[in-house]
Formats: sequence, C-alpha cells, structure tokens
Amino acid sequence: MKYRNKNQARNNVQDSSAKQANRQTKVAGGNFVDKLHAYRDQHAHALFSSLGRIVAAPFNLIMTISVLAIAISFVSGFYILEVNIQQLAVHIEANNQISLFLRDDVSEAHANKLAESIRKNSNVQNVKLITKEEAATEFQTYSGFGSAINELEKNPLPIVLQVLPKKNLDDIHELEALQKEFQQSPEVDVVQIDLQWIERLQSITNVVKLFANMLSILLGVAVLVIIGNTVRLELHNRREEVVILKLVGATNSFIQRPFLYAGFWIGFISSIFAWFIVTVLMLILRYSVEKLSSLYGGSFHMLFLSLTDTLTLIVVSSLLGVFASWTVISYQMHTTRLKKQKILKV
Amino acid sequence: MINFDSVTMRYPETGDVLRNVSFHLQKGEITFLTGHSGAGKSTLLRLITAMERSSRGRVILDGQDLGLAKEHQLPFIRRKMGVIYQDYKLLYDRTVFDNVALPLVIAGYGHYEVTRRVRAALDKVNLTGKEKKYPLALSGGEQQRVGIARAVVNKPPIIIADEPTGNLDPELSAEIMLLFEQFQQVGVTVLIASHDISLITQLNHRVLKLDHGQLVAS
Repeated sequence: MKYRNKNQARNNVQDSSAKQANRQTKVAGGNFVDKLHAYRDQHAHALFSSLGRIVAAPFNLIMTISVLAIAISFVSGFYILEVNIQQLAVHIEANNQISLFLRDDVSEAHANKLAESIRKNSNVQNVKLITKEEAATEFQTYSGFGSAINELEKNPLPIVLQVLPKKNLDDIHELEALQKEFQQSPEVDVVQIDLQWIERLQSITNVVKLFANMLSILLGVAVLVIIGNTVRLELHNRREEVVILKLVGATNSFIQRPFLYAGFWIGFISSIFAWFIVTVLMLILRYSVEKLSSLYGGSFHMLFLSLTDTLTLIVVSSLLGVFASWTVISYQMHTTRLKKQKILKV
Repeated sequence: MINFDSVTMRYPETGDVLRNVSFHLQKGEITFLTGHSGAGKSTLLRLITAMERSSRGRVILDGQDLGLAKEHQLPFIRRKMGVIYQDYKLLYDRTVFDNVALPLVIAGYGHYEVTRRVRAALDKVNLTGKEKKYPLALSGGEQQRVGIARAVVNKPPIIIADEPTGNLDPELSAEIMLLFEQFQQVGVTVLIASHDISLITQLNHRVLKLDHGQLVAS
C-alpha cells in the first residue's frame, strides 16, 4: 500500500470523505444548476456513447438500417409522387378552357356583346372571341384538311368564345355550374369542356393518393417494428450490463437512456440514407419525365424533396425511432426484474 | 445501520433459506458473515442489497424498511452501499476506468470529479496505470480489485463484500482488509461474507455464523 502508516491513510480517507459530503449535498441538495449540468452531461454521454456503439460496429446495424432506409424511401417516394401528380393536375386545370360554340345565325357584333357580358362574370378571367375566318385559318393550318374547307361554299365553322375561368376555380362542380350558366344563353349552341378528362385525372389522383397513404402507414408500422426489434435484441445482448447497472444503483431512466438514443440514431441515419435513395432515383427519372413532358408541349418540372420535406422526414424518422425503442424498453424493463425465484410470503 | 428483525426467506422450490434471522450491525462496525455453502449467506446479502424482499420479518437499512420501499426508491437505497461480488460483475466491454467510474456517472458527478475519484480509488487498490485496460486483460485478482475500487469509489456508508479475497493471495488479502479497516475508522459499516477462516480468526471482528438458514453465532 502507498500509505506509510494507518494514520496517514485515515487522514486521507477522512479528508476526501468530508469533500464528498460537500459534493453529495451539492448533487442531492438544492443546487438546481449543478443538477441541470449533471443531467445534461448524462444525456450527452448517452447520446454519444450510443452513436459510438453504432460506429464501432457498423455491420451489426447495416442490414437493419438498409431495410429501414428502403422502407422510409418508399414512404417519401410516395409523397413526392403525390406532390408531382398534384402539380400536374393543377397545371392541367389551369389551362382549363370552356369553349362556347355560338349558333350559326349569331352575328359577330352580337358575339362581341356576349363576350363583353361574360367577361363581367366574377368567375371568368378572360374571354377570347374567335371569328369564323380566324377559325377557318386555324383549321387550315392545324387540321391537315386545309384544302377540304376550300371546297365548301360557305364557311361552316361557328364563332367560338374561349372562356378562361378564374385560376382558383379548379373545383369540377364550379366549372359545371359555369357550364350550365353559359348553356342557358340563347346564342350558345354547344358548351364544351373537358370535364371528363379532369374528373378521371382527379379520381386517379385520389386512388393513387389513398393507396400511397395506406402503404405509407403500413411501412411506418414496419419501421416501428423493425426499430423496436433491433432495440430489443440490443437490450437482450446487454442484459448483463443492465443487471450490473441496476446493482450499482442506476435508475430505470438512466438504464433506458442509451437505448432510446440508439433508437434515435437508427431512425436518424436511416432517414438520411432514405433521402439519398429518393433523390438519386428522382435524378435518374428526371430526364425521362421532362422529355415526356416536352413531347406534350408541357413545361412540367419535377419537384424534389424541399428543405421542409427533408427536415420533416428526418425529424419524423428519428421520433419514430425513439418511440419504438421507448415502447420496447419500458415493456422490457417492466418485465425484467432482478428476482430470479418466486418467493413465498409466509 | 443494518437491522434484521426475525427475517424468514422461503422459496417454493427450496423451502426456508433463512429462518428467523435477527441481528443489528452498528455504524462503523466490521462484521464477518460465515457458514457452509448453502447456509443462506448469498440470500442474506441479496436481501440487504434490495434484490429481494423477505417473506417475513423486516430488513431495515439506515432507518429504511426495505420491505416497504417502492420500486423507484431502490436505486437510491443501493447507492448507499458499495457491493463487491464474488464474480466481480464487471462490464467487459468497458475499460477499468469506466467500470470504476460507473457509480459516479450514475450519481451524476461531473467529469473532473469522476476522474479525480476514480484515480484515488484505483490507487487505493494498487491498480494505478491500468485504467485504460479492459477487465479481460487483467488477472482474476486484479479484476477483483477493480470490483473493490468500484464499490468504494462513491464513498458509501455501507460496504458489502461477497468473498472479496477469494482470488487474492494472502498478502493482497491483508491489504484489502486493511483498506476495509480504514473505511471502518471513518464510520463505514462493513459486512464481509467469507469462507476464509484464517483471515477471520486473524482479525478480531464480530462474526455472524449461519447454519442451515439459522444464525448460530453473532
């Protein structure tokens, strides 16, 4: 032993014991700031030690994280698909013109008057009048039957009023109401609107949305279960450690903390990988999609995950990780007691 | 400090392991607990460390009835004692330093304080310089001493030791006993379960002897 004699040793022990008593009151007593610091230190320790475990043995978790990343990328992929379809639908509806084919006997002056009155309608953004001559020229240019029309004695094409509804009017029912309104004017022969196409698109969108949402919920549950199971295995592997921690006076929350943070890291890392998967896949798709769009003369630009989307993705995944491990750990802690045998009360 | 009041412990499989055991350990007293294997020593220690509750009778530790303590109070009761286990119960994936630091980290000590105290505790058990090693790189005796350092690092008012000198040579055993006596002199209550008759007779301390679950000498 280091001490020359018992007395010196005793002094030493007494001295540090007195210091300890001081410190003890500091920790257990009222000093709130000290407690807060100790608490923060414990959390920081749990946060980094659980990350350290993952980094030290990455292969233990690589499969779990891959599966999670794929599941999460499916969910975010569905989301971005929905966003893009939504954008496409809005794009189409924005060009949603109503064509009023006027009766043959309506004169151009009369048509102009009618256009003027329609322009005053609050749901209408603009009205364009296409005269018979303009229509004929257009027909000749675009239809490919240009010479056919010259054979006719009289121009058969009616005057057309192209009505552009207000932008915010993307609801089908409102468009239908507008259509009915126009139908009632005596000058109007036929009102044409591509309602069916819009209706179909909207219901397809709805089905896709519903399907994507259901799959997303299922995948979310899968993510919870996978993280929960991983943490359960981790707890099982470290059972010995849990018992020792309990024996030296650790509270349940102290023991749980590193596992909760492990769940957090698993969710966090998986969501980062998922973001990369989605972004790479979309970069691959972008060229083809935009080429397709240009063939239809559209200027459709693919939307990627925005900053808010990305942050939401990361936060939600991390929280799912914490929630899953919390559920598993609190259940396991409840059932894992130190008692080995049943004791009879006598 | 430790008070057993007609404590009986009964398991369905084995029947009475402890029968009507009563004793009182004063503050600052060193006591040996001895008896043949299966006499109930381990069970008695499990009762003191609040790992189990008695079937009948009361176990009172520092004025607190362990039978009535709530689950969430148990960690704080366990922090009042340093326990040395026969099988060391060390964390093998952590360094000697981290093992010894465990009770301090749990109690929420700051980094500086932890380092200082761990060094002092390792110094007391002659393990200075081994703090960065892992327990498996140490001999049985050294691992035992890591366990002892962990038990005393928090300066608890009670030290419980289950065969603390089982893996130590006589010289080291004597040093460890000297360490316990140092703690006793500052008012720490020490209870040592041991088979080592020569060690027990050599030192003039109180002896509790268990025989088939009954206290036959105290």
